[in-house]
Amino acid sequence: MDAEITEREYMHSGHVGCPGCGATIAMRFFLKAMGEKTVLVLPACCWSIIAGSYPQSTLKIPVIHAAFETGGATASGVRAALDMLGDTETTVVTWAGDGGTFDIGFQSLSGAVERNEDFLYVCYDNEAYMNTGIQRSSSTPYGAWTTTTPGREWKKMRKKNIVEALVAHRIPYAATASIAFPEDLLRKAEKAKGIKGSRFLHIYASCPTGWRIPSEMSVKIARMAVQTNIFPLYEVEDGLRYTINHKPRGYLVREYFRHQGRFQHLTDRDLDEIQKMVNEDWELLLRKAGERV
Amino acid sequence: MRRVIEGSHAVAEAVRLARVQVTSAYPITPQTHIVEILSEYCEKGALKARFLRMESEHSCLAALIGAQLMGVRTFTATSSQGLAYMHELLHWAAGARLPIVMAEVNRALAPGWNIWTDQTDSLSQRDTGWIQLYCEDGQEVLDSTLLAFRLAETVNLPVMVVLDAFYLSHTYEPVDIPTEEEADRFLPPYAPRFRMDTAEPCSFGALVPPGDYMEMRHDMALAMEDALMQLVEIEGEFTRIFGRRHGPIEAIDCNDAEIILVTSGTITSTARLVVRTLRERGEKIGLLKIRLFRPFPAAILRETIGRAKKVAVIDRNCSFGAGGIFAQELRAALCNLDPRPLIYGYIAGLGGRDVTPEVIEEIYRRTQSTDRPEAEGVWIGLREAL
Ligand SMILES: Cc1ncc(C[n+]2csc(CCOP(=O)(O)OP(=O)(O)O)c2C)c(N)n1
Ligand SMILES: [Mg+2]
Repeated sequence: MDAEITEREYMHSGHVGCPGCGATIAMRFFLKAMGEKTVLVLPACCWSIIAGSYPQSTLKIPVIHAAFETGGATASGVRAALDMLGDTETTVVTWAGDGGTFDIGFQSLSGAVERNEDFLYVCYDNEAYMNTGIQRSSSTPYGAWTTTTPGREWKKMRKKNIVEALVAHRIPYAATASIAFPEDLLRKAEKAKGIKGSRFLHIYASCPTGWRIPSEMSVKIARMAVQTNIFPLYEVEDGLRYTINHKPRGYLVREYFRHQGRFQHLTDRDLDEIQKMVNEDWELLLRKAGERV
Repeated sequence: MRRVIEGSHAVAEAVRLARVQVTSAYPITPQTHIVEILSEYCEKGALKARFLRMESEHSCLAALIGAQLMGVRTFTATSSQGLAYMHELLHWAAGARLPIVMAEVNRALAPGWNIWTDQTDSLSQRDTGWIQLYCEDGQEVLDSTLLAFRLAETVNLPVMVVLDAFYLSHTYEPVDIPTEEEADRFLPPYAPRFRMDTAEPCSFGALVPPGDYMEMRHDMALAMEDALMQLVEIEGEFTRIFGRRHGPIEAIDCNDAEIILVTSGTITSTARLVVRTLRERGEKIGLLKIRLFRPFPAAILRETIGRAKKVAVIDRNCSFGAGGIFAQELRAALCNLDPRPLIYGYIAGLGGRDVTPEVIEEIYRRTQSTDRPEAEGVWIGLREAL
């Protein structure tokens, strides 16, 4: 499998991501699938910084920095212009964080997908507003500490299921992916590239700084998220056909939580509660994929 | 060809003649007629553009920022709440030096829902870096919109063409509509100074440290200053082709006037009538219309009205705590003259209230009979008690 991944790099060395930054790993793999005929729309997020400061650029493709909440709309305009110029070859990609996708940019994304704009929206998910210093977003999972959910105020709400929200739009293609499963990630990026209309990739991207984990644990934690069914790998075509891409053996969530500083306050009772939620979500997914009746 | 059309229609005709390539829209009264006509033009092929039906005004402008960066000509229209909602991106479009053109129909801001005319919406965006042109009639709307593209693309700044709700947007008047050939002679196809291109990848809008940011904003300030001279020059060419000229300002009977009224938008037409009548009765009254608000044509204003004894500014807007906005700007422009006229600020016609010839004459009389201005902004035509 490894041989299929191109040696070509679309990212320069010298980016300013933190050590072990999952978002940076995600971009590097993703662009290998996309190639140079790509225009990137980049709403405010950690990647606004990682992409380099004026007059330098980390990436070897055009990058349009955009206002935080405009990922879907800016890309719609870029696409419209390319259409008017007769360029059907270039792929328009929005690359946004979870805050820019689940929260402030949700309207713009929903509008673009409802119009079925021909573009690929990628959300790299580090489960909080990391650029501004680890504040809670609606992607922050149940149980997590953030700087705005400190102490006993740890987050008591479940993470928003963004893929399901997009599936409800009958989006032509939506998929989850993880930095710990690069072949799967590249395959999905390539597949998405070949589809017309709106496409959505939800990439799990660990954040050592915000999650309070050692940088060398970044990929391992990402793998555990998949293996515990916390972040299942699956894809949905036309908002109807579900395919689960990886069937883990059902590791317990406890392991995943144990390694992360952001969850250290949770008791055994809390973890049992979380295990129930994860099981419930997994069952629901299996039913949607037609693997349970 | 002369046709009797609405102000909104005049905007749409100019956008068609400008061969805009991407347009975006979100409905708000009284902007709707503009975008309805445009969507019809797109459907019929009279305008070969992508018409983006966005889910908000914020997204309308974001889409145009994306499109214009790729190197196409763009247009949108909005009003009031919609413009306020766009605020963040107004700064963005100007800071990115994108020559986007927008028609903005002046409408009052809520609460108290009010769809009638009031300039506070556009004037509260005065610091965003957009050039602003205020129109008096249908012809000026068409001409200003067409000219806006030339001006925007010359100085690389966005232009807002501003027209009064209903009094202008929904009023039918004879308007001379240029032919496509004439318009093409005036406005060549868009040749962007820069565009995003996969063949020459670069990044636009990245983090800019304090060591660079100020120079970028200085360039923007210079471009804005330059816009005044460019407007005059471009209008010269406009006049040669179309035989019409509106100017950054228009002065009527100002040379020997003791009291000069200052207006903008449709109040000007009413004021013309008042000035004519009073002149016939031997009063030394003049009228100055301000069409170009940003950049503010301070030097021209000093020359034109600096010698008058009194200047009475009629503002259909209010900056709470500082009076009318045109009056403020005029005070700032004239303050270093010695001697200088007294500036009388009047606030009238908010929320679409009619500014009749009687109201204007009252303003004139009040200015005449008071030795010094009574306040920063004197409210005219208030009802007794509400
Ligand atoms: C309208 C607006 N509000 C707030 C901000 C500040 N801001 C910039 S990036 C950011 C956090 C982004 O979070 P997310 O989308 O999850 O990406 P991450 O930083 O985690 O990679 C915030 C709050 C902004 N730029 N614009
Ligand atoms: Mg985030």
